Amino acid sequence: MSSFTELDSEIVPVDAEPRRVQGRTPWQLAWTRFRRDRLAVASLVVLALMVVFAALAPLWAHWTGHPYDATFPKTALDPSGQPVGPGRHFWLGADQLGRDVLVRAAYGARISLVVGVAAAVLASVIGVAVGVLAGFVGGVLDTVLARMMDITLALPYLLVAIMLATTFQLTSVAASVSLTIVVIAFFSFAAFGRIIRGQVLSLREKEFIEAARSLGAGNLRIMAVDVLPNLMAQVTVLTSLLIPTSIVFEATLSFLGVGVRLPMPSWGSMLGEGSDVFQTAWWLLAVPAFLLLLTTLSFNLLGDGIRDALDPRGDRHSGKK
Amino acid sequence: MLRFVIRRLLYSVLVLWLVATLVFVFLHISPVPVERVIGGPRATTDTLAQIRANLGLDQPVIVQYGRFLGRLLRGDLGDSYINGTSVAALVRDRLPTTLWLVAGAGVIWFVGGVVTGVYSATRARGAGDRLVTLFVLIGLSTPPFVMALVLLYLFSTKLGEAGVPFFEAGPPLQEHFLQRMILPWIALAFLMVAAYTRLTRGAMLDVLGEDYIRTARAKGISPKRVVYRHGLRSALTPVVTQFGIDLGALIGSTIVTEKVFGLQGVGQLVYQSINLGDTPVIIGVTLMVTLFVVLANLLVDVGYSFLDPRVRLS
Repeated sequence: MSSFTELDSEIVPVDAEPRRVQGRTPWQLAWTRFRRDRLAVASLVVLALMVVFAALAPLWAHWTGHPYDATFPKTALDPSGQPVGPGRHFWLGADQLGRDVLVRAAYGARISLVVGVAAAVLASVIGVAVGVLAGFVGGVLDTVLARMMDITLALPYLLVAIMLATTFQLTSVAASVSLTIVVIAFFSFAAFGRIIRGQVLSLREKEFIEAARSLGAGNLRIMAVDVLPNLMAQVTVLTSLLIPTSIVFEATLSFLGVGVRLPMPSWGSMLGEGSDVFQTAWWLLAVPAFLLLLTTLSFNLLGDGIRDALDPRGDRHSGKK
Repeated sequence: MLRFVIRRLLYSVLVLWLVATLVFVFLHISPVPVERVIGGPRATTDTLAQIRANLGLDQPVIVQYGRFLGRLLRGDLGDSYINGTSVAALVRDRLPTTLWLVAGAGVIWFVGGVVTGVYSATRARGAGDRLVTLFVLIGLSTPPFVMALVLLYLFSTKLGEAGVPFFEAGPPLQEHFLQRMILPWIALAFLMVAAYTRLTRGAMLDVLGEDYIRTARAKGISPKRVVYRHGLRSALTPVVTQFGIDLGALIGSTIVTEKVFGLQGVGQLVYQSINLGDTPVIIGVTLMVTLFVVLANLLVDVGYSFLDPRVRLS
C-alpha cells in the first residue's frame, strides 16, 4: 500500500514548476529503506558502540591500571581466594586469577569482531570465486568444484577444526588468530559458494550475457563486469549474516581451548576458564555471555535489515526470501 | 531409480575415503608425540623408539597409509594407541550416550520448531507472531555452549540437591536418565528450535498462499483442516529434508554439550583423544561421524526422489 501513497505524492499539479527528477542508484534506494528500519539502525548503533569499546581497550587498561594479562591477588581476590564482584576498583568484577574482567572483555571484543568480520569476508571472497568459476565455466571444473564443496559440507566441522588447531599447535597469539580465521573461513565458504553457483547458473542464461558475448567480450570480462555486480546484493546479505556465525564459531573454539591462544582473552576462553567458579562469581558468566549474545543478535538484526533493504520485493513478515 | 541409488552410494564411499585420507594426513603432521604420552616424561630414547616400532610408526608414510586403508577395507578401525582397546569397542561404549542426546534434542527441536512455526504462520503479523520472531532472533544468536552454561548455572544447584550425578565422569546413563538429559537436550535444541520455527513459518506461508488452499477454503473445509491437512503436509517436505541433514551433522557437534554436562559420549572421547594424540580413535570417530552425515544425506536424497521425481532427473 505504501508504494501507492508514495506515487501520489509524486504527482504535481500541471501548472506548477516541473520538479527535477533525481536519479538514484539501487544502493541509494536501499540506504533509504534501511534508514526506516528502526531495529536495524538500533543494531548498527549497538555495533558501533561495541567497536568503540573494543578499539579503546588499551585505554580501559590504562585508566584502571589493570593490563589484560596482569593478576592482582591483593585487590582482586578476597582473603579466602574468591574473586571480588563488580565494584569501585573492578567495575565488572575480577576473575578467578585476579584479572580485570572489564579490560579482558574489551580485548575479547577485539578478537570477536576481528575474527568474525575477517573470517566472513575471507569466506565470501573464496565462496564467490569458487561459485562464479564453477557456475560460469561449467564442465569438468564445475563438477570438481561442486563436489569439493559437497565434501566440505559433509565434514564434521567442529571435529576437524579441533584437529587442525591441535595439529598446528601455535604458540603466538597472532598466529592462532590467523589460523582461527582460516579454519572458520574454510568451513563457511562451501555453503556460500553453493548459493553463488546457483545464482550464476541462472544469470548465465540471461539475455544481457548473450549481448555481451555477441559484442565480443571474453569470459573474464563477462564474469567481472556483467556477472559480479549482479551478485553484489546477495553477497552483501550473505556476508553480513556470516559474521555472527563466525563469531560463535570462534567463541566455541576458544571455549574448547583450541581457538585464540592464551593469555589473549576471548569471550569464549573467558567462559571456558571461569566455568568452575560461576556458582560463586556470576559475573564471570554474565559479562562475556551478555556481550557475545548482544553482538551476535545485533549482527543478525543488521543482516536481516540489509536483506530487507536490498530486496524490496521480499517482505520480512511474509517470511519469503 | 536403482541407478540413482547406486551412484549416490559410490559417491558416499568416495567421500568417506577422502575424509579418511584427509584426517590421516592431518594427524601425520601432528606434533603431539604419542610415544611421549605413552612412555611418560622419563622414558629413554630407546623406550620411545620401541614404542614407535610397536605402533608401526617407524615405517614409511606410504606403508602406514596402505596398512591403514587395508584395515579399513576389512572394517577394522584399529586399536587405541593409549590402552590397546579396539576403537570399535570404545565407540560402541560411548555411542549410546551421544545417540540419546541427539535423538532427544531432535524430537524437541522438530516438534518445538514445527508447532511454533505453524502457530506463528497462522497468525502472521499478529502480536503472537512478533513474539515468536523475537524468540527466533534470540535463539539464532545464542551459541549452544552459552545456553548450556546458563542452564547449568541456573539449575545445577537444584539438581545437585536432588542427588543427580552431573559432573561425575561417566556414571551409567540409566541413573537419573531424565534429570541428567533434560538440560543437555534443551541446550542442544534451543538454537535449532529457532531455526526450525523460521523454516516452518516460511514454508507454511508459501504454501498457504497457494491457489489450492484458497480452493479448499472456498469449498468450506474447516480452517483447522485446511491448515493441518492441506497446508502443513506439503509445507513439511523441506523441513523434513533439512531435519535429516541436521540430525546427521549434529552427531559431530555434541562435543561442547557433552563437555559442559560431563556426559561421556563420542564427543568427549574424541576431545580427549585429540589431546592425547590417540590417532586411531580420532580417525575412527571422525569416520563414524562422517558416515552418519553421509547416510543422512543419502536417505534424504533417496527419500526426496521418491516424493519428488524431478530430483532424479537433475
